[in-house]
Amino acid sequence: MSVLVDKDTRLCVSGITGREGTFHSLNNRRYGTDVVAGVTPGKGGQDVEGIPVFNTFHEAVQETQANTAMVFVPPRFAADSILEAADAGISLIVAITEGIPAHDELRVYNHLRRLDGVRLVGPNCPGVLSPGKANVGIIPAAFFSEGNVGVVSRSGTLTYQIGNELAQRGFGNSSIVGIGGDPVPGSSFIDIIALFEADPETELIVMAGEIGGSAEEEAADYIAEHVSKPVVAYIAGFTAPPGKTMGHAGAIVSGSAGTAVAKAEALEARGVRVGRTPTEVAEVAAEIAGSLRR
Amino acid sequence: MDLLEYQGKQLFAKHGVPVPAGKNAHSVDEALAAGDDVGFPCVVKAQVQIGGRGKAGGIKVAQDKDELERHAAQIIGMDIRGFTVHEVWIEEASDIELEYYAAVIFDRAAKKPLVMLSTQGGMDIEEVAERDPTAIARLHVDPLLGFQEFHGRRLAFEAGVADDVVRPIGAMLKTLYTTFVAEDATLVEVNPLVVLKDRSVKALDAKVTLDDNALFRHPDNAQLRNVSHEDEQERMARERGLTYVKLDGDVGILGNGAGLVMSTLDVVAQVGGDPANFLDAGGGARAEEITSAVEVILSNPKVTAVLFNIFGGITRCDEVANGLIAAFAQIKPDVPFVVRLDGTNDEEGRKLLADAQLPNVHTEATMLDAARRVVELAGSAS
Repeated sequence: MSVLVDKDTRLCVSGITGREGTFHSLNNRRYGTDVVAGVTPGKGGQDVEGIPVFNTFHEAVQETQANTAMVFVPPRFAADSILEAADAGISLIVAITEGIPAHDELRVYNHLRRLDGVRLVGPNCPGVLSPGKANVGIIPAAFFSEGNVGVVSRSGTLTYQIGNELAQRGFGNSSIVGIGGDPVPGSSFIDIIALFEADPETELIVMAGEIGGSAEEEAADYIAEHVSKPVVAYIAGFTAPPGKTMGHAGAIVSGSAGTAVAKAEALEARGVRVGRTPTEVAEVAAEIAGSLRR
Repeated sequence: MDLLEYQGKQLFAKHGVPVPAGKNAHSVDEALAAGDDVGFPCVVKAQVQIGGRGKAGGIKVAQDKDELERHAAQIIGMDIRGFTVHEVWIEEASDIELEYYAAVIFDRAAKKPLVMLSTQGGMDIEEVAERDPTAIARLHVDPLLGFQEFHGRRLAFEAGVADDVVRPIGAMLKTLYTTFVAEDATLVEVNPLVVLKDRSVKALDAKVTLDDNALFRHPDNAQLRNVSHEDEQERMARERGLTYVKLDGDVGILGNGAGLVMSTLDVVAQVGGDPANFLDAGGGARAEEITSAVEVILSNPKVTAVLFNIFGGITRCDEVANGLIAAFAQIKPDVPFVVRLDGTNDEEGRKLLADAQLPNVHTEATMLDAARRVVELAGSAS
């Protein structure tokens, strides 16, 4: 098993005719993901190397039974595209786009949570990879193999770094989920950790957080109450000065809120082991996995 | 993007938030002309993005033209905690009776706007919150519904404002909320919100933060960027489209992806180093962008060694190597570089670097080893 994406995923890509959209759609298909459609308004009837393009999500869903959307359009069109996908009945929307206005994200979030059975991952995220099954997004799949570590992260390249350290110690992954670095992510650490807890293939969960907001602290409380599987955490941004946005729109320490120290302490106080470097995360994971096997 | 007080007040005025009349001025002559328009008594207010202006002598009341001239001459050019005053706001004096506090903030945890109101204005609101959390009325607004009149009434009654100003304060909160949404702000704060002797209410100060990601919808606001306090390297990086934050140390850092760069800074600090900057070359950076980034890093004279930490996903390591090789050809750096390349096309990248035989460029296989090496090199240079 795995979470969110697998062999049943039928992917429709919004913005498939753009340079990046085409490149990653074909990359995902090459990995084995069933890319059934694309949407670009005004380009309906065309195709991208055999993938049919539609004018609307509604048409795409009707014609191809797509159940998952990947959003690749520029920031000013992205919120609209997410809402369109949801309206057309798509149940999982993965938004890769970076730079969506915060108020757009707020409206999208509050609208989607009122609908039944629709989940947004991202925006500003690298997507979801279930090794050996499906890849939806831009995660370089070559570095990951099938296994039983579930990874959830606010950052793309940091995920690759940690995944690589885990791989060097012989770990594979059930799924790798990038929830994105924006202030209002569609899915939180808690949402994804709950999926990993329920997934029989996942034995160990690794979460990679960073400064800003309080999602890690909330996850710490949730883990203490609801999660039976071991969780290893990493937090980036111990050296970040307050008031400066560290690349991700959501990565900012405001006043005394959102610091890496506070997050690491909150997690440790709830019994979650926190690795101080990506290398240490993998070492702790190896130690825990060793004790699980005994 | 943080706005200056008067820029915030101009946005307020646009959305019907009552503010005192005023004009901005860059010189004593402009200040005197503004005084003629605004009338006397008036207030000269230093426009800098830092708190404590009043205590530092950056806010003065002028009863007449002579006094205005003296205050303006003194305040323009003065230093307030490291910020030089380039601009003042000349504002009609307000006959203050009560000082309240109001704000609309982007509450990330609740994923809704949070409106706050307190009758204890004019002081640091974090101190008020600590001393007496019940002194601040708070209410989340559903962003799909928007601010309703009952929200204003509830906040006003809960905060315990004077009975005769419940209505005008409720109305003012609504216009502040309108400003927050219409201008794509992530913070709108008024401290103090004043009740005047004639019982009218006004925003006497304005603190507004705008969402950079939404500036494409607000071309006028995009012009408001206050570049006079910007650091030289940060300006250079912004003009080149790079994400750069200057820090105090001597180890220059370049990586790809915000999380990995933050992590790199942490690891460098853990092994005893002191990062000079955060620089995210972004996803899919091409050789020219890498060269351009090296120029920004090296323009900071404190840098004594540079670390490249790349884990290529959509970024290709051969592009990064070519960018570094081009940078060496163009700017001939005299500080050592440590390079760690992993991920997409890493072997090609490492081979390019080996073949180029750049002077003083060291490659390491892991992030941790690379951090140790660069710290060692930075230490021996200083």
